Amino acid sequence: MFFPIETIRIMDSSARTRFSSITSKVIMALAGLFLVTFLLVHLGINLLLLAGDGGQSFTAAAGFMATNPVIRIFEVVLFGGFLLHMVFGLIVTLRNRASRPLRYQHKSRSETSPLSKYMFHSGVVVFVFLILHFIDFYFVKVGLVAPPSGIDRHDFYRRSILLFSDKGYSAIYLVSFLFLGFHLNHAVQAAFQTIGVSHNKYIGTIKVVSILYAIIVAGGFMVIPFWFILVR
Amino acid sequence: MIFTLKIWRQKNAADKGGLVTYKVEDISADSSFFEMLDMLNQQLIAQGVDPVAFDHDCREGICGTCSLYINGRPHGPLKGVTTCQLHMRSFNNGDTIFIEPWRCGAFPVIKDLIVDRSAFDKIIQAGGYVSVNSGGIPDANTIPVPKPDSDAAFDAAACIGCGACVASCPNASAMLFVSSKISHLALLPQGRVEAQHRVQQMVSTMDSLGFGNCSNTYACEAECPKEISVVNIARMNREFLAALLFAEKEKQISFSL
Repeated sequence: MFFPIETIRIMDSSARTRFSSITSKVIMALAGLFLVTFLLVHLGINLLLLAGDGGQSFTAAAGFMATNPVIRIFEVVLFGGFLLHMVFGLIVTLRNRASRPLRYQHKSRSETSPLSKYMFHSGVVVFVFLILHFIDFYFVKVGLVAPPSGIDRHDFYRRSILLFSDKGYSAIYLVSFLFLGFHLNHAVQAAFQTIGVSHNKYIGTIKVVSILYAIIVAGGFMVIPFWFILVR
Repeated sequence: MIFTLKIWRQKNAADKGGLVTYKVEDISADSSFFEMLDMLNQQLIAQGVDPVAFDHDCREGICGTCSLYINGRPHGPLKGVTTCQLHMRSFNNGDTIFIEPWRCGAFPVIKDLIVDRSAFDKIIQAGGYVSVNSGGIPDANTIPVPKPDSDAAFDAAACIGCGACVASCPNASAMLFVSSKISHLALLPQGRVEAQHRVQQMVSTMDSLGFGNCSNTYACEAECPKEISVVNIARMNREFLAALLFAEKEKQISFSL
């Protein structure tokens, strides 16, 4: 980790008294599950880019998301969800790093759930992409960042096409979503375990659903640049 | 068999400590891991060197005293056994074996490979018991217990409190231990009475001792010598949330004259 142990202790001293380990984890899990449902909506809209109708249906959907009052309220809830998930993720991670001040000399050979040890790392990659995504779209929409010349700040369709025509951006996009897939693969099943919904009867089903969800969502988003590069 | 051992040596809690390399020869494949260490210690004593300190007691795999982080795994390479039940036939001739103490801020090293696991005792003291009245012996089966519940309780009660879960966890979390202690009581009617208070007390003590948070890697389940399931952790989370959100409050009666 990047912080010395003492800094972590001081940073954490206030948080520890207020939220127990399980409460922190449950808040993180519930916020995460909320984000999981949001991702499906976002993917649904993005896949309209592939409709082949010159962006008509995509623009309509984006317009609906930008103007519908219920969605406007949910946008605030969504930002709250991201914030809670990241803040509690950070609190939990800092506590976890502090709990073993001296590490083992030999690398761990314990069998673990795939990629589960790297949730923080994959989360950071997704967070970096999120910042990029905000600069490219949300900040443009609200007028904080100037749109590229010739494109209206509300024209998400042409903005997307312009971005995907850039090979470098497409590469960053693909790597980010690969990491999102790694994150989601463990996230959904872990969230259910954390909120206490785990039982030998359906633990297998939850795992399979979690993996399928990760493949569908990450794969679904990754199809888009490939379609722009290969098909168009 | 011949082995190169890299053993963590540390004079006391204040000492910095480090790995020291030893060679052992003429080890029978059927000798236990501890018998091999006993032979090393005999050598060291003959040389006038302080023998390696390590925890062991029953050497039957039932007491939970032994520990040792061997080649990156608590209790060594076998599944479902404690270090005392590990034999040298599980290694190859000529192997280099790393032997380290459990690593966790809440388990400070006392000497060499011995750590202080009294943090676990503090968690148990916080609520890992059932308060009973003394008196006559109750008749058998006066309180019915459903068989599936008693099976699950017995599985959780198999925990010997060795700390392998903490040692293997990337976050040094004690949640498998605490959840098994909560589960084996919460599943039985005798333990239900104090269940809500117990889970809150034990979790809060666990947090205050500086153990990490479970991130569901399930390394604990893979390394537990008693193969205790992480389903217990989900049960603990459920119990904790139920206690946090739905526990009845004691009525405060105020008297006025």
